[in-house]
Amino acid sequence: MVSDKPTTETVWGWLNQIPDPEIPVISLVDLGVIRDVHWSGDTLEVTVTPTYSGCPATRVINIDIETALRDRGIDKIRLRTRLSPAWTTDWLSETGRRNLETYGIAPPQKAGGPAHCPQCQARDVERISQFGSTPCKALWRCRTCLEPFDYFKCI
Amino acid sequence: MTDPLFEFLCRLGDNTLVLGHRVSEWCGVAPVLEEDIALANTALDLIGQTTMWLNLAGEVEGAGRDADALAFRRDVWDFRNLLLVEQPNGDFGQTMMRQFLFDAWHVLYLTELEKSSDARVAAIAEKSLKEARYHLDRASETVIGLGDGTEESNARMQAALDRLWPYVGEMFDSDAVDMDMVAKGIAPDPGTLRPGFDATVNPVLRKATLTRPESDFAHRGGRSGARHSEHLGHLLTQMQWLQRAYPDATW
Ligand SMILES: [Zn+2]
Repeated sequence: MVSDKPTTETVWGWLNQIPDPEIPVISLVDLGVIRDVHWSGDTLEVTVTPTYSGCPATRVINIDIETALRDRGIDKIRLRTRLSPAWTTDWLSETGRRNLETYGIAPPQKAGGPAHCPQCQARDVERISQFGSTPCKALWRCRTCLEPFDYFKCI
Repeated sequence: MTDPLFEFLCRLGDNTLVLGHRVSEWCGVAPVLEEDIALANTALDLIGQTTMWLNLAGEVEGAGRDADALAFRRDVWDFRNLLLVEQPNGDFGQTMMRQFLFDAWHVLYLTELEKSSDARVAAIAEKSLKEARYHLDRASETVIGLGDGTEESNARMQAALDRLWPYVGEMFDSDAVDMDMVAKGIAPDPGTLRPGFDATVNPVLRKATLTRPESDFAHRGGRSGARHSEHLGHLLTQMQWLQRAYPDATW
């Protein structure tokens, strides 16, 4: 068992195939919640950081990681929760940002609001609410195509 | 005497627990859908913060209690939250005024706790602070929007401010527990946060065309547990009902 344990690079590859439970177009690795993967003897340790304190997806994320790793034949797994440094949208990968946009969710911007409408690319947008359908999103509207859309909050 | 660190952590966790529960009472009945969602998300953040604080409190206590045991199996006199957060929701304006006053204090307190000598406290504060800042932004905008709104909304916001102001003073009280935390470098003396609070609150009230009450008379007794208002007991009967009726129920 110990002799054929997969490398951490291989494990990162597997984790990169687990979709975020609420926004399935990005992976957990793209979301930036997986902070570390390493072997401690014959136990695989994965460090996860929560996005929002009360996000119900956090529990699902842990279950999904454990299931995915067990399916690959790893039976000794330890999941660690790390609070500090706190998760930030800076950890969202470039692939993640692109996939969000294609999916219709405007990716986070330092300026605090979406750069343009993810549907028609128009820049004339307005905020409807600071909160949206999940803790990580806010609700915006495009004044050109009149469509409402989600914006991934920048924190 | 109970461990002052346990007391201190219960104060933090009970504030977010009681306020989180109060805010969640709006779920499904808020004035508009967007505000309903915003209130539910705010409540969710607060309950999430509660889980971190009360789990740590249970760990420090070492008696095998976790966040759930502390939240659902203690009685009114064991709660250490500020009187402000247990006040009823009232109308939407009153709920948002309560949120604004709490957030203004919460952000300042968490900012100091981020520098705590206890790494566990610092980490929870760091995580909570990002959410608290976001809440404060929204609460400030709403207070300004409604205060500087119609004659009706302005009158309601002024009434909310007048009603809740006597609960502000307790946030800046300090006692033996606080002094112990100060001595160990774990937390600041709450009294030192008052100038920062005034600097946050005064400009918002001005923009909202609201008049800050002249009297700084303050009700006390929440954070020490000595004298909660009648409202907390009623809140607990709702919040704790299931675990009281069916102890250890899981599903
Ligand atoms: Zn558009």
